[in-house]
Amino acid sequence: MAISRVVLFLFFWNAILWTPARSDLVILKLDRKIDLTSQTVRVTSSLKIENAGPSTASKVLLAFPSHQARNIAELRSFYREGKSKVSSDQLRVELVEPQGMPPDLTFYAVQLQKDLRRGEILNLDVLAVFTHSLKPFPEQISQTEVQLVVFQDSAYYLSPYVVKVQSLGVKLPSKNVESFTKFENSKLIDSEIKYGPYENLPVFSYTPIVVHFESSSPFAVAQELLREIEISHWGNVQVTEHYKLVHGGAHNKGGFSRFDYQSRPFASESSSFRHLLARLPPRAHSVYYRDEIGNVSTSHLRGDSRKTELVIEPRYPMFGGWKTSFTIGYGLPLKDFLFQSEGRRLLNISFGCPIEDVVVDDLIVKVVLPEGSKDFYSSVPFSTKQWEEIKYSHLDIAGRPVLVLKKTNVVPEHNEPFLVYYRFNNLSLLREPLMLVSGFFLLFVAYIVFMHVDMSISKSSASYISKLQWDEVQTSLQHVLSVINRCLAVHGKLEASLRDLSRTGDVRSCKAARKAADSVFKELLKELNLALGSLQSSPQAAQIWPKVEELVAKERELQERLILKHSSVVDSYEKKHSGREIENRIAAHEQKLVALRHEVDDLIEILDELC
Amino acid sequence: MAANEEPKGAGALRNAFGNILCFFILLLIGVIAFSIRLFSVIKYESVIHEFDPYFNYRVTQFLTKNGIYDFWNWFDDRTWYPLGRVIGGTVYPGLTLTAGSMWWILNSFNIPLSVETVCVFTAPVFSANAAWATYLLTKEVKGTGAGLTAALLLAMVPSYISRSVAGSYDNEAVAIFALIFTFYLYIKTLNTGSLFYATLNALSYFYMVCSWGGYTFIINLIPMHALLCIVTGRYSSRLYIAYAPLVVLGTLLAALVPVVGFNAVMTSEHFASFLVFIIINVVALVYYIRGILSPKMFKVATTLVVTLGITVCVAVVAVLVAMVASSPTKGWSGRSLSLLDPTYASKYIPIIASVSEHQPPTWPSYFTDINVLAFLVPAGIIGCFLPLSDASSFVILYLVTSVYFSGVMVRLMLVLAPAACIISGIALSDSFNILTQSIKVHLGKLLSSASVAGDSTSENSASQTEPKASKHTPGEKSEEITKEKQPKKNRKKEKEKEKGTVEKVSNKKQSEKRALILPLEVSVVAILLIVLLGAFYVIHCVWAAAEAYSAPSIVLTSHSHDGLHVFDDFREAYAWLRHNTEVDDKVASWWDYGYQTTAMANRTVIVDNNTWNNTHIATVGTAMSSPEKQAWEIFNSLDVKYVLVVFGGLVGYPSDDINKFLWMVRIGGGVFPHIKEPDYLRDGQYRIDSQATQTMLNCLMYKLSYYRFVETDGKGFDRVRRTEIGRKYFKLTHFEEVFTTHHWMVRIFKLKPPKNRIRGKVKKSKSGSKSNAANKIEAKGRQNPWH
Repeated sequence: MAISRVVLFLFFWNAILWTPARSDLVILKLDRKIDLTSQTVRVTSSLKIENAGPSTASKVLLAFPSHQARNIAELRSFYREGKSKVSSDQLRVELVEPQGMPPDLTFYAVQLQKDLRRGEILNLDVLAVFTHSLKPFPEQISQTEVQLVVFQDSAYYLSPYVVKVQSLGVKLPSKNVESFTKFENSKLIDSEIKYGPYENLPVFSYTPIVVHFESSSPFAVAQELLREIEISHWGNVQVTEHYKLVHGGAHNKGGFSRFDYQSRPFASESSSFRHLLARLPPRAHSVYYRDEIGNVSTSHLRGDSRKTELVIEPRYPMFGGWKTSFTIGYGLPLKDFLFQSEGRRLLNISFGCPIEDVVVDDLIVKVVLPEGSKDFYSSVPFSTKQWEEIKYSHLDIAGRPVLVLKKTNVVPEHNEPFLVYYRFNNLSLLREPLMLVSGFFLLFVAYIVFMHVDMSISKSSASYISKLQWDEVQTSLQHVLSVINRCLAVHGKLEASLRDLSRTGDVRSCKAARKAADSVFKELLKELNLALGSLQSSPQAAQIWPKVEELVAKERELQERLILKHSSVVDSYEKKHSGREIENRIAAHEQKLVALRHEVDDLIEILDELC
Repeated sequence: MAANEEPKGAGALRNAFGNILCFFILLLIGVIAFSIRLFSVIKYESVIHEFDPYFNYRVTQFLTKNGIYDFWNWFDDRTWYPLGRVIGGTVYPGLTLTAGSMWWILNSFNIPLSVETVCVFTAPVFSANAAWATYLLTKEVKGTGAGLTAALLLAMVPSYISRSVAGSYDNEAVAIFALIFTFYLYIKTLNTGSLFYATLNALSYFYMVCSWGGYTFIINLIPMHALLCIVTGRYSSRLYIAYAPLVVLGTLLAALVPVVGFNAVMTSEHFASFLVFIIINVVALVYYIRGILSPKMFKVATTLVVTLGITVCVAVVAVLVAMVASSPTKGWSGRSLSLLDPTYASKYIPIIASVSEHQPPTWPSYFTDINVLAFLVPAGIIGCFLPLSDASSFVILYLVTSVYFSGVMVRLMLVLAPAACIISGIALSDSFNILTQSIKVHLGKLLSSASVAGDSTSENSASQTEPKASKHTPGEKSEEITKEKQPKKNRKKEKEKEKGTVEKVSNKKQSEKRALILPLEVSVVAILLIVLLGAFYVIHCVWAAAEAYSAPSIVLTSHSHDGLHVFDDFREAYAWLRHNTEVDDKVASWWDYGYQTTAMANRTVIVDNNTWNNTHIATVGTAMSSPEKQAWEIFNSLDVKYVLVVFGGLVGYPSDDINKFLWMVRIGGGVFPHIKEPDYLRDGQYRIDSQATQTMLNCLMYKLSYYRFVETDGKGFDRVRRTEIGRKYFKLTHFEEVFTTHHWMVRIFKLKPPKNRIRGKVKKSKSGSKSNAANKIEAKGRQNPWH
């Protein structure tokens, strides 16, 4: 009780002093409900208004003390038809500054859809949502204490109109009420405080009331929330949300004891919170939850075809005044959110914060359109600050247009879809793949060019000349080797003819083979001499020359031996020697031949490696 | 004619195919090297690991944000409070600059990768580079086959994986690549004698100097090799070109790195290279003079020069000795000294000795870190001696020295790993060569025997275990016939067959270079065994990469019956500090957590993992081992607001501060003699149970660790020490608990504000009367080192 006395009386007007001339409207009946169960204060008033004056009225004024008006997050009004039917279309509410009104009051005007003529009666519902209106008192509590908050308002409805009958209900989260302003006709029933009914109150009646009660609902306040919605026409809408969260309740004092915290795991009376529930759109995929130092492992994702729920747990339990920051990201299927209308594309996605019961002080929504989008504009159901930016990402050249929307004081009521229209040519989609393709193509072309172009700086330098000479040496060496290889092939033929001889005994064909071989040998000799000549003349060949020389000599020897063997075999056949005898005669040749052949092969191998 | 052209064309084609195959194999090796290191990302997350990488990450962030000039001039005031640290001049900038430029290039292409992502993946990317560098190096030594094998082995050697998993953003990850690449360029220069490669070599050495303090290994190993070549009479102009430019250019470039600076010419680590530089110049001169003088004149000149030279040498050595004695670090730095004398660190520098990776390794760690390579290395050394070239002698020298160093410090196992891979690659490739060749020969014989049915019996005898069977003419002929019948068979195969034939024929003429032909069965079994060995290696490496070396150490996991349990306490504490303390608050903790606190919590720390100031660390150690009041005074004089301790007693996390406490006492006692280690010991052991000494039970570390611990289970059972704690119920007078993480692994305490003077006096007398006599006597000797 004492506390409520301390809380200040802000203003208390005498109604008679201020009598606006145009107050033709009279509020016949007013029912006000204040919902204090969460950290946002929701005031629902249903008004029954009669036009008692002579002129028609086109708008209804709503008055709030300025200190309250600062915290207004949302103000809506609807027509109410009948007892409880609320029409869906919202009426336009705007800030006005009428003449001759008392200071420190802020006025909003509800624009009626059709004018209220004399004597007509109108049923109006007004919903006002306030943030930061519950003040923790005491401002610091220890870990185990429960959080008490103070709420103040007026027992009477503050209005520029005469109110005939009115009543007020304040709904509290629990029965534990520390104190509330006792007033005529006030009573506490269960967890609801009732004031009224009061009758025939003049304009601008104001009687402050203070409610001091226990609230353990989480006071999660996002001081800053940056939502980035990036559209990719390859089929994805990527949403990234950066939160700076603070516990807006009574500050924690005297440290934090993990033991005390863990020994009472279900301490519901505590104002600290551990979990936050984010309701993401259905079919959200690739969900992540991290902060600047990595993934936060304490989160759960569950979902079905209608919704996706992400339970996130900050790294530590949040006590009053503690802060944290984190990032949530998820992908959404493009076809659920992007539509076509009259050649325009149309993004339809929710505006507010997906986490339940979070008040956002500053919300910035950035819609990143694909590179090459034009003529974009947005349609948001409430007023926002807007500007444009450019973002560069993923191989952009011109950059992506970004539409930025900023709004302060965002409550769950703002979780409404908003629209962004833009034009986009599908061909622009192919730009980046084509860029990559051409980039790689150019890379390969450059490599090919590099491999085929002579990059040496000076054509007359010693190293360049020696390189050229070395190339020459290599070609002539290759020539020599090929000639020798051909010689060896002829050797093979001769051997084959010998084998034929042993099988068939046809001496004549064997002789013919010999003759053919001889002529080929002669030819090859000429060629070989030519090639050797060019090789010898080159100074670069000095290193390999001995090897080449040796090879040629060995080959020559091999050739001679073979011819000898051949002729002796043919000879023996002509003389009809026995097989044994032939073998004896050529045994020496045979051994030598194999050895020579081996050496020649070795030399060829060595020289081959040089080429 | 056409038939004659064919072998040539086929050879070129095969060459081209070989090159493409080689290219793709290398590509795949790169992919393996990269992807085997991603286990940490897949099993945990893309996050920076451990301690030092956090510092590197923070420096990289600074670099990318503020640019290179600010980086060089960066004075970091968030660490070593109140001294600060000049980061630009005390850090090896190679890694940071590498990652920074990678990030910059990516961003200039508008690829939006965060600095963290680039840092996390720097190490795997550079391991792929290191594998390719290994290929190049081994190819220079022993050819392509050995190169590919060595690259594959290196791509997944556990020792290197341990330092280069994704997230392990540390100097070594880049440095090993630089090390191998420098060696490659050295060998390449040695083989070609090209000044171009010599210049590249100096640049690569510069990169290595930028990256890691281990560059001294290069600048000592290469001179050793040059000296070895000179001594064994292998001096050539190529050696001169490989060595001299490296020393001159390399030293000049190294002096450009701020952290090295004049150390490049003033510390003993570099003197070997200068000495060898002088020697190689003298040798070059001698060779030159010998070339222009007649032998007789040369002899006269030698005697003349030797007498002169000895006097000059004496003078030079005297100057050198004087320089060593007068150089600022008395020659060797502490870490180098502890390499040369393994007992040095434990005797004189407890800080170096306290780091577990500076301990000598145990035998099992060789097995986990290089696995089967340890068995292949001896075979590879034999391979390097057949024949011994400049390059292969270098590899052997590299292996021998790195084996020694790895025996001194576990950490240097990392230097051994490439050497072991190269040599094992040589061993594997050589044995494969021999085995497959013998199989080819035998297969050729089998084929030919099959083609001539009549001679099967004689063939069988030929293909028996005796390779040098006596010659049979029919066998020989059949061979010839097959050759005729298959003219299109590629040349090599025929050659092999030829070889086989010759082997049979001329056993006495067998040349040395001819491959040894093993029996078919033996070679098949041997190949199978080698493949098995390789498979075992692969399995072990994958296991090591997945299980042993992937844990980021800031996130711990345990498998219990109800699934995976994650311990994310460190980040919980750091995040709390980051968001819920003032930006300028100072946090005191043992130095292990300094880098993490600055990087993750963004708070000023007193000491960190860059252990440059022993006194400062000793001060924190003293505070931790002092009673509460003295500790409070020390911390208060350092402007400390929060004290962070790591406590594993609740969940059984063994590397907590109580287990590190002996080092705090030892390091603290080394500087402030009133901390005496025996005061904390009972029977030569650190105990925290009821047997513990009073000093131990009263010290700050004990109190902060076990504050209110007994209330968790009523007994105060410490799961790390497996005992009940000695002192269970006590109150903190000068500190208050402000945060404890979920598993109690990190506890943060706040210093209570200074007391009102009058109350303080009252308290003092009270506490004085309370504390026991022994404590009082000690308190007299204790002083706050900061007053």
